[in-house]
Amino acid sequence: MNKVIEIRDCSAAYGENKVLDRVSLVVEKGEFVVMIGPSGCGKTTLLKMMNGLVVPSEGEVAVNGERLEECNLSAMRRRIGYAVQGARLFPHMTVEDNICYVPGLEKKMLPEEKKMLTEKMMELVQLPGELKRRFPRQLSGGQKQRVGIARAMAANPDILLMDEPFGAVDEITRRGLQEELSALQKKTGITIVFITHDIGEAFRLGSRILVMKEGGIWQEGTKEELQRNPRDEFVKRLLGG
Amino acid sequence: MQLIQILWDRRDFFLTCLLEHIRISLTAVVCAGILGILIGVFISRHKKAAGAALGVINVIYTVPSISLLGFLIPFTGIGDKTAIIALTVYGLLPIVRNTYTGLANVDAGILEVAEGLGADRRQILFGIRFPLALPVIISGFRNMVVMIIAMGGIASFIGAGGLGAAIYRGITTYNMSLTAAGSVLIALLALLSDWLLSLVEKAVNRRYGIEQSN
Repeated sequence: MNKVIEIRDCSAAYGENKVLDRVSLVVEKGEFVVMIGPSGCGKTTLLKMMNGLVVPSEGEVAVNGERLEECNLSAMRRRIGYAVQGARLFPHMTVEDNICYVPGLEKKMLPEEKKMLTEKMMELVQLPGELKRRFPRQLSGGQKQRVGIARAMAANPDILLMDEPFGAVDEITRRGLQEELSALQKKTGITIVFITHDIGEAFRLGSRILVMKEGGIWQEGTKEELQRNPRDEFVKRLLGG
Repeated sequence: MQLIQILWDRRDFFLTCLLEHIRISLTAVVCAGILGILIGVFISRHKKAAGAALGVINVIYTVPSISLLGFLIPFTGIGDKTAIIALTVYGLLPIVRNTYTGLANVDAGILEVAEGLGADRRQILFGIRFPLALPVIISGFRNMVVMIIAMGGIASFIGAGGLGAAIYRGITTYNMSLTAAGSVLIALLALLSDWLLSLVEKAVNRRYGIEQSN
């Protein structure tokens, strides 16, 4: 048992509006946890708690055994990959500079180091190397998403947080990306927490699926467990559609 | 023709005026540029101060330039120094406003991703926020430069040098072509500077992979 992420009784609110209500969750090393649920269920908030972008109003979060409120948050985040919908690449940087962004925050990188890292990462996410001098606006949606994943993984993190990373690409590209991510996870043993609103994607990727509703974890389990024992109509409908 | 004639006949005088004008404007541009960007960065971080600071700068902007010069004389006397201070103060508005707007309008989602990836405040400001705001800041800078050069014409009313001296002398001696020549040179200087800065702007946009807008 190796607890990588621990959320203990965490709540969060935006003004009056409570989005998470005393949620607890433990993610273990090497897990591929997928969160699914309707918009406003608090899944993005829960994910952002894991890298300190959202600070819980009560409860505490620990990553790799360190409590976020006590650690150097920037340094901690560099060891946690983060990829979001639409990739949100830095538009003023080339593909190479985007990919090398996180390692470059720690120390100034030499051109050869950048070149080597970029080549390695681009191969990992299956991007042709000649794209490395391009700017984000010169890439297709799928290519941007791959660069986003390469950027998230460049500093060799042991955790990867992904907020609907494939939400903005077409179905065929998405299937390809899912397969590659799956293979990547098996190869590297990285721990992934992944948000989607597509149940097919959740089934294909997740070693554990969290169904979220109304600011809490409504039901969790493997694909088979959920299908065999849906908690109620809500879960049944989610699985069905 | 008359204009060219007078420019040629009194070329030494005009050259002195032109160099003076460039010196005074350039000093004011550097002062207003540095000060304006610092204020812009500051108020983009302290949103509460932004309204007040922009308000004050707006009000100063509405003070007629000739009276601003008048107000300054008791404190800083007459001459170049007062002119540079007045031009700096006037130049602040476009650069502060554009720095602020540019920094404030950077896509919040991109800033959040940078933070989530582990960039600290300084790294976000200099690595993400400032470069992304740069096109807007540069266009404010262009406005500022043109304004300072044009406004520099009145500096000679308080005894400073520059092409205003030609205009002023032309007015007081009923020599229209002298006034016209001074004005034309100011306009040319402003246009030339604007054009040079537009080249800088294009180079920066190319460097940062931003689509050319004009």
